[in-house]
Amino acid sequence: MGQQDEGGMRALILVGGYGTRLRPLTLSRPKPLVEFANKPILLHQVEALVKVGVTEVILAVSYRAEQMEQELAEEAKKLGVKMIFSHEVEPLGTAGPIALAGEHLTKSDKPFFVLNSDIICDFPFKKLIDFHKSHGKEGTIVVTKVEEPSKYGVVVYDDNKCIGSFVEKPQEFISNKINAGLYVLNPSVIKRIELRPTSIEKEVFPNMAQDNELFAFELGGFWMDVGQPKDFLTGMCMYLKHLRTNEPDRLYNGPGVVGNVLVDPTAKIGKSCQIGPNVTIGPGVTIEDGVCIKRSTVLRGATIRSNTWLESCIIGWRCSVGQWVRMEGITVLGEDVIVKDETYINGGQVLPHKNIGDSVRTPQIIM
Amino acid sequence: MLKAVILIGGPLKGTRFRPLSLDIPKPLFPVAGLPVIRHHIEACTAVNELKEILIIGYYPASHLQQFVNDMQLQYNIVIKYLQEFTALGTAGGLYHFRDQIRSGSPDAFFVLNGDVCADFPLKELYEFHRERSATALVTVMSTEATHQQSLNFGCMVIDKKTQEITHYVEKPSSYVSTLINCGIYVFSLKIFNTIGETFNIKQEEYYKNGNGNACKDAGYLQLEQDILTSLAGTGKMCALQTSNWWSQLKTASSAIYANRHYLELCKEKHPERLAIGKRAELCTIIPDVHIDPTADVHPTAVIGPNVSIGPGVQIGAGVRIRESIVLDAAVIEERSLILHSIIGRHSRIGKWARVEGTPCDPDPNKPFAKMENPRLFNNDGRLNPSITILGCSVSVPSETILLNSIVLPNKELSRSIKNEIIL
Repeated sequence: MGQQDEGGMRALILVGGYGTRLRPLTLSRPKPLVEFANKPILLHQVEALVKVGVTEVILAVSYRAEQMEQELAEEAKKLGVKMIFSHEVEPLGTAGPIALAGEHLTKSDKPFFVLNSDIICDFPFKKLIDFHKSHGKEGTIVVTKVEEPSKYGVVVYDDNKCIGSFVEKPQEFISNKINAGLYVLNPSVIKRIELRPTSIEKEVFPNMAQDNELFAFELGGFWMDVGQPKDFLTGMCMYLKHLRTNEPDRLYNGPGVVGNVLVDPTAKIGKSCQIGPNVTIGPGVTIEDGVCIKRSTVLRGATIRSNTWLESCIIGWRCSVGQWVRMEGITVLGEDVIVKDETYINGGQVLPHKNIGDSVRTPQIIM
Repeated sequence: MLKAVILIGGPLKGTRFRPLSLDIPKPLFPVAGLPVIRHHIEACTAVNELKEILIIGYYPASHLQQFVNDMQLQYNIVIKYLQEFTALGTAGGLYHFRDQIRSGSPDAFFVLNGDVCADFPLKELYEFHRERSATALVTVMSTEATHQQSLNFGCMVIDKKTQEITHYVEKPSSYVSTLINCGIYVFSLKIFNTIGETFNIKQEEYYKNGNGNACKDAGYLQLEQDILTSLAGTGKMCALQTSNWWSQLKTASSAIYANRHYLELCKEKHPERLAIGKRAELCTIIPDVHIDPTADVHPTAVIGPNVSIGPGVQIGAGVRIRESIVLDAAVIEERSLILHSIIGRHSRIGKWARVEGTPCDPDPNKPFAKMENPRLFNNDGRLNPSITILGCSVSVPSETILLNSIVLPNKELSRSIKNEIIL
């Protein structure tokens, strides 16, 4: 073991299927490549992994996506990391892909990371690995505090952070810590997983907990699963707030800005606009005069014409939103959607390449 | 010599025009920049022989006096407001003030209902009446309606050769005719004999039996039911059928519709009232638009089509207004959008607000369709979509949406409102 290993760590990212929850965006682009805060979701994770010495990233995908593989190969090259695609023939759940990628993950005896691809947080991987090494057991689960634990599976552990049990959707309060979808595992864990569709939360971790081989690492900062539009926007707010504290220089400081706003340098913003709080403007975006945008993401190449008002929207790539338009209520425009002047859209999910001329006053999908 | 009478009713009428009629008498509500009945007055003054206009109603004189004075000065014609002591009905009011109407012995007099809007063909109507004045006591302006809508109006059957009205029913319960009464008439003075006879019969009955309706005055007479119905078939009543634009002004929605048509009429008759040329360099105008000269409009605003902006209104940068009426001294802050709405006096619309209603225009695919005046609520008890109306001194906060709603006066809103009435 470890004979041809150059000393780097490995990480497995569970990309999975088509990302249907993030449609209509994922009809045009695989979910890992959808830009969150102006960077593909997956790259937030890969960059953080590279920083702590990961040299090989295995992406577990259940479909072939040439576009994704090509684009990610380029990014991988830039970051100096090796990227391997592990294709599932049938969906293997959350544990199966680990077994499938076993040959890669057991090349060295170093522990490896497993990440759900939809997770955004500040990725404290250095502390995580240190913690994992300090307890010396087989696995570490990152846990995060939530306000309403009854909606999730909670993790119960002792003062030494040794996990005792998992309780799915507890009726009575037991713990407010939930599985954050980020793990560090020793290669020995592979032996516990069969190559079949199987769940790591239900079939693997409970056994490890029984053997006292599983510890909890408490996440300090923000955490969000950004796999659907509502949470995508909530996650963006958290991420921008995190930037304000840690890297305030990356935030935009132009005229008319309110709160935390991220603007690509190639975007153009007109006069008398009010941008923010919590807005991300992508590359090549044009915002005309007198536009108000709050709590929204505008993706690459979109145009927002003058006097328009947006709140809680995701505007897809190369969309054109007319003048005096009002959009709100988690409205998501797919790629290249045209919204005519003076239209009102409330909670519309608009499929790519649509022309919207009539107001959409109640939340609905526009095919 | 001719005279004209404009019947305007009183404050208990026009309730369907609320909340707009809560602070302005409905006859004075501005449409295309002019009070509703000023359009009537203007049509009257275009008839050369017409020397006097009598406005009859039971609004307190103080509500009308300023307007009457202004109009006399403006048009250099005698205009009087004659206040009924109580609601006397359309014919009761005429009869009560018969001496005023008869004085100076006019050859005939027009009667115009105050709650209709039209391209009034008064000269044509008088000419038509004059030719038949040997026999005719009254000429009624009539127009074609749809089969279904005709039931909401006075319906008449006409002898095609003589234009005599052979049969007349007010709001029939089953179909009679698609020819309807427009509420615009020419009367010969002799009509007072006919009204007088009916009046006397009613009086006799009243003192014998009571009139059966304690709310109504003994002198209460309705022109349509009490007079016209019995004149039908006597050869004394004719109809001039016209295809000129005509509409009732019952609901607030019909004010938006009337505004559009009166603006269109301005193009021909009073182009100086339209904001084109004169205002075009000040902001972007999509005709037809009326902007009061005292309104302050930002050059980046885009206004029209079919918009009237009242005196002292302030309109900020990047504002868009379409198919709407903005009343005196309202403030529209920058970037907001107003569609199919009426903004009350002294109201304030915040930045990036959206005020939007749904028009109830006549069905353009049905010939002769008139304005529908739907009830406020549908059968499920929900508000029917209609234009959005803000009473006076309402404030709408920035960035909110106001959709198909009615807001009563002096309300400070704090949130978005959809399909609601705000008391």
